[in-house]
Amino acid sequence: MTETVSIVPAATPKAHSNSIFSHARYVVAENPVTGLAFGLFALIALCALIGPYIVPHDPLASDTAAALQAPSWKHWFGTDQLGRDIFSRVIVATRLDFVIAITSVALVFVMGGIAGIAAGFFGGWTDRVVSRIADTIMAFPLFVLAMGIVAALGNTVTNIVIATAIINFPLYVRVARAEANVRRDAGFVQAARLSGNGDFRILLAHILPNIMPIMMVQISLTMGYAILNAAGLSFIGLGVKPPTPEWGIMVAEGAANIISGEWWIALFPGAALMIAVFTFNLLGDGLRDLVDPQRRT
Amino acid sequence: MLATLGKRLITVIPTLIGVIIVTFLLTRALPGDPAAYFAGPAATKEAVEQVRVSLGLDKPLPIQFVRYVNDLVHGNLGNSLSTGRPVVTEIASRLPASAELTLLGLILSMVIAVPLGILAAVKQGSWIDHTCRVVATAGVSLPVFFTGLLLVYVFYYILGWWPAPIGRLDAFSSVPPNITGFYTIDTLLTGNVETFRASLSQLILPAFTLGIFSLAPIARMTRASMLAVLASEFVRTARASGLDNRTVIITYAFRNAMLPVVTTLGMVFSFLLGANVLVEKVFAWPGIGSYAVEALLQSDFAPVQGFVLTMAVMYVALNLLIDILYGVIDPRVRLEG
Repeated sequence: MTETVSIVPAATPKAHSNSIFSHARYVVAENPVTGLAFGLFALIALCALIGPYIVPHDPLASDTAAALQAPSWKHWFGTDQLGRDIFSRVIVATRLDFVIAITSVALVFVMGGIAGIAAGFFGGWTDRVVSRIADTIMAFPLFVLAMGIVAALGNTVTNIVIATAIINFPLYVRVARAEANVRRDAGFVQAARLSGNGDFRILLAHILPNIMPIMMVQISLTMGYAILNAAGLSFIGLGVKPPTPEWGIMVAEGAANIISGEWWIALFPGAALMIAVFTFNLLGDGLRDLVDPQRRT
Repeated sequence: MLATLGKRLITVIPTLIGVIIVTFLLTRALPGDPAAYFAGPAATKEAVEQVRVSLGLDKPLPIQFVRYVNDLVHGNLGNSLSTGRPVVTEIASRLPASAELTLLGLILSMVIAVPLGILAAVKQGSWIDHTCRVVATAGVSLPVFFTGLLLVYVFYYILGWWPAPIGRLDAFSSVPPNITGFYTIDTLLTGNVETFRASLSQLILPAFTLGIFSLAPIARMTRASMLAVLASEFVRTARASGLDNRTVIITYAFRNAMLPVVTTLGMVFSFLLGANVLVEKVFAWPGIGSYAVEALLQSDFAPVQGFVLTMAVMYVALNLLIDILYGVIDPRVRLEG
């Protein structure tokens, strides 16, 4: 219990790094699933980093003589309509899906985080404007809004990233606003103000570092959703163009073959997508246990 | 009750205004030439100019907005480029297909998720509880289009239990007379059992796909709120007064536990309406989602805009309905109003 208490003042992480580390070990030991999630995350990150250099086949090289082959020793996940090696394509696609998810989450982290902190800290009209924007976004079914945004901005990968960031905006605003609001009159903020710090300095140097752990959990929780959303958009034909390997578009390419029994074309990219989302969801739950033990379920 | 209703209705107005502004901005204030969007990719320069004038895009933004709102009030969402037909009629004719699918999906998931959540809470730590946890975590991780394809492979290709994903009816059945627009209901009303079976068998797989997708949040929320209620003092009092387990769980705990679940439905609907688009694409379902996707790929913007607006208005209405339902279930909400 002393460990859970010592983690709360996260403003000075160095002094507590040892106890955070032992707490992390405790959480992983308590919940082996979190350990598994960390392992899977490492695997996904590895695929994203070095995947294109280690795959056995060229992900774009077609070989019509070897089209629609079931999984075998030569082609672990089989081949698609054009004879491309699905295993290589699934591995290579990791980087693109990962990059789309990370950039969109990073974008919304900056936009939503700053807007939310400002809303919670200043209150008044800043709060009203930010909350109104967030509410308006929430008034749409989120995937539908993402479709509309991509349609309006143009059918590119960059716009998928932007659309995914926008639909996650309210979630970040809500968390950042609530956390900043609780701390606006905290002792350390008053102390900082008395020592002559301006509002923006207090916001960036004192409040932001304090709510960072909770925002990190939010990042992990929305990463899975961001990947799902981006893959959904490319499944319906937005953003990523063939022949680029990407999980959503690969599932779409295999969809027509499902009813004639060639299951492997859609199954493997779909499974990869599922494992990635699953990993991030588990990771989010694990990180929440680590950072915010009270909300543990 | 009426006063509460009125107050709640008023809060819808700013939301709707926001929705209309966003759909307007989606077409006008963004980079690129909106007239070129509406004229289509193959249009000549003169055609684009003609569209610009006919849509009023040469006027200042506020005037365009007034015109846009005026069109909306008169039920005019513009014409589709590819079919030339008004977007409103097209969406109205396709809406029942989407509604039938989404509602059946929601009903299926409620029928499975609510009892599962209750059992998981009552028998905490048992195998049902673990099943519930696995379902809840796996359910949110499954891409809905992937689940749909898996179901098609297993139940159509391998087992042959359900028909191929080719829309609302197979080629041998004729479309029932349009009464409600829901094929399953219309066929029953006209006593056409054969077509009822045909339409239901087409409906079952896509509806299950949506159901599996929305299972997770409902089951998780039911379990959590049942646990909270079962630990509360009034349940302890009920038990201490010697009421049997059944009465305590169903009459006392369940009714109170339903409140947070009903609130969760708002979020579930947001997911469902989005997932609906993907499921319609997988099952070649002729709903508004597949209409929008087709238009989107042809850079036909008016249908997409109409679709986004329709979905948002429906979502706002559904949230309103949920709030009213909340008042029906929980008398305290009415008293406060």
